[in-house]
Amino acid sequence: MAIKTEPFVLNIGPAHPSTHGVFRMRTTLDGEVVLDMEPVFGYLHRGIEKLAETRTYTQNIPFTDRLDYLASMSNNLAYVMAVEKLAGIPVPERAEYLRVIMAELQRLASHLIAVGAFLNDCGAFMTPILYMIREREKILDLFEMVCGQRLTYNYMRIGGVSHDIPEEFLPALGRFVKEMPGFIDEYDQLLAENEILLVRSKGVGILPKELAINISASGPVLRASGVKRDIRKVDPYSVYERFEFDIPTGSVGDCYDRYWVRMQEMRQSTRIIKQALEQLSSGEVQSQVPQRLHPPVGEVYGHIEAPKGELGFYLVSDNSIAPYRFHIRAPSLINLTALRDMIIGWKLADAIIIFGSIDICMGEVDR
Amino acid sequence: MTTVETGFNSGSSLASLPPDWPGGYWLHWGVFVIIILAFVFLTVLIFIWLERRLIGRFQVRLGPNRAGPFGILQPIADAIKILLKEDIVPAKGDKLVFWLAPVVAFVPVLLIFAVIPFQGGALLADLNIGILYIVAVSSVSVIGIFMAGWGSNNKYSLIGAMRTIAQVISYEIPMGLAIIGVVLIAGSLSLTDIVAAQNIPFILFQPLGFLIFFIAALAEINRTPFDVMEADSELVAGFHTEYSGMKFGLFYLMEYAEVLAISAIVTTLFLGGWRGPVLPPVLWFLIKVFAMFFIIVWVRSTIPRVRIDQIMGFAWKFLLPLALINMFITGLEVILLPEVLPWPIIFLNLAIAAGLVVLWSKFFRLGGGRVEV
Repeated sequence: MAIKTEPFVLNIGPAHPSTHGVFRMRTTLDGEVVLDMEPVFGYLHRGIEKLAETRTYTQNIPFTDRLDYLASMSNNLAYVMAVEKLAGIPVPERAEYLRVIMAELQRLASHLIAVGAFLNDCGAFMTPILYMIREREKILDLFEMVCGQRLTYNYMRIGGVSHDIPEEFLPALGRFVKEMPGFIDEYDQLLAENEILLVRSKGVGILPKELAINISASGPVLRASGVKRDIRKVDPYSVYERFEFDIPTGSVGDCYDRYWVRMQEMRQSTRIIKQALEQLSSGEVQSQVPQRLHPPVGEVYGHIEAPKGELGFYLVSDNSIAPYRFHIRAPSLINLTALRDMIIGWKLADAIIIFGSIDICMGEVDR
Repeated sequence: MTTVETGFNSGSSLASLPPDWPGGYWLHWGVFVIIILAFVFLTVLIFIWLERRLIGRFQVRLGPNRAGPFGILQPIADAIKILLKEDIVPAKGDKLVFWLAPVVAFVPVLLIFAVIPFQGGALLADLNIGILYIVAVSSVSVIGIFMAGWGSNNKYSLIGAMRTIAQVISYEIPMGLAIIGVVLIAGSLSLTDIVAAQNIPFILFQPLGFLIFFIAALAEINRTPFDVMEADSELVAGFHTEYSGMKFGLFYLMEYAEVLAISAIVTTLFLGGWRGPVLPPVLWFLIKVFAMFFIIVWVRSTIPRVRIDQIMGFAWKFLLPLALINMFITGLEVILLPEVLPWPIIFLNLAIAAGLVVLWSKFFRLGGGRVEV
């Protein structure tokens, strides 16, 4: 006797433990198999792009903190670099190095949360994420030393950074950089050959190379699919061309590759910080910038390699004190567009981990 | 000394009690039932506290440490909170089924303790088919879980309940087959006799059987890595998503009582029950139960969750053939090698277990699973 079955709609989110914020997946399921998925977002829309048009260029920096709140330093950096490009403001060398150090520390912090949350989605009852939060705490302590904040830093300024680092920062950072590779090895020991993690993530949620390029994916999601594109190498900004580092790429583009690429990028970030510490020279950290910045009429697109991908700011100036147009190319949102193609045909449990492996931050998706 | 015609063994604990107590056997049963209930609830409270403390340690944090010394009063505080919570019944749910579900799920777990020997003679009913009774009774609580999933009128609950049914029914088979190995060696279904037969704990004679039983038991009680029924990252809270107040509390109690029951069964079947040198028997029993509990908590805090189709594949492709082979080998050994010293058999069995596990893991792989739609 054939049993009559019919697909049903399951609403995952906006309030669900593993939607990483207020994302909603309207999934059509046939038993456990995902037949269709419609992403719904906008629950966290705050109108940042419009608000930014009513504030001065400096006043907009705190807004960028609230985009991808797990990587505020990177957002700061992308925005101030775009403004500097627009107004032609030089940045002192020491400030450039500090920016690189902060951005790479931020990449470490963000990837730790990304990997931890991914494993949480795999069902590893909080243990991996808490180990990773242990290291992230140290990074947040370092950030607290330089700017007094642990989440929304507002540290970068147009033409430099807000403060020079305090004297206890460099020894603490040196200690951290020395410890960190050991911790990453520890995670690898615990996770890299964990049989359950392998059967759960290998071959699951494959993002083909062509599709990844077509949707203009970026960051670890793109590199896991085998495309060697990192803006730090392709279009070097700040002082990145002075450092030696590799770009890890995956081969298949499955969840495991995305996880693996993030783990490897953490090692590379540690390497960059180590080199930056050696090359760091003394000097000014802030160049002379007019109190009220009137950039010349024009438009500019500044982009950096943020932890989640290519973060770009498109600014249009009409020579007033506020940007005429303030557009954000948010990597989370653009990487998310591949989600439907990736999860159709997989089981419900896979859908959750595929979503987790993209590593989005809703603050950036909705802005 | 008279024996009551209830099908109990003559060696029953109750039969050996002085028969001239006022109230006769019924009073003794009543007293024993109260003792068992007190034991179960107290141990469950300790388990809850211990699990949270242990997981705290595993996760490089402290765990509850505010209520009382070392947070020992935390489960009591939680119980008070749960009792005071509003009891919400979904408006479109099936109210009767919703209401009955926690009871149907919880009672069978309590019933298991009726046949667990805490020490020689200290058990409520020394059934001559004790282990069969456990297998039968423990599968009833699945009905309660499915009732919860159905009565909640919630899709998460329903998916969780469906998964549970599939999983528990599948894992009952390797579990039962693993028990047969023990029964073959002991030559009895009575738990007292099984313990009495363990001059050397059966875990050494039955390493493969122990592994299969332990893994299947983890799936039976839905602990990680088989906790797909409440998979918090997928199904929010699975079958008890809609439950609150004391109804939720009963499910919570059930979960830990099941852990206690499984620890006690493993102790009885494989670890030699109450037997051990020097210390009093009850203490040995408790030590072994808590050791098992520690391992279960350890597994929970370490391993990620397996997907539902992989869980089913694991039961049917991995555990079931191994359990059959184990049963076959045990049968051969019982018939052909009854007089051989135990140690050669133990080493032989350990080698067979290791070889089979390695061999099977080479040939059968879990994974894959994309469906073309």
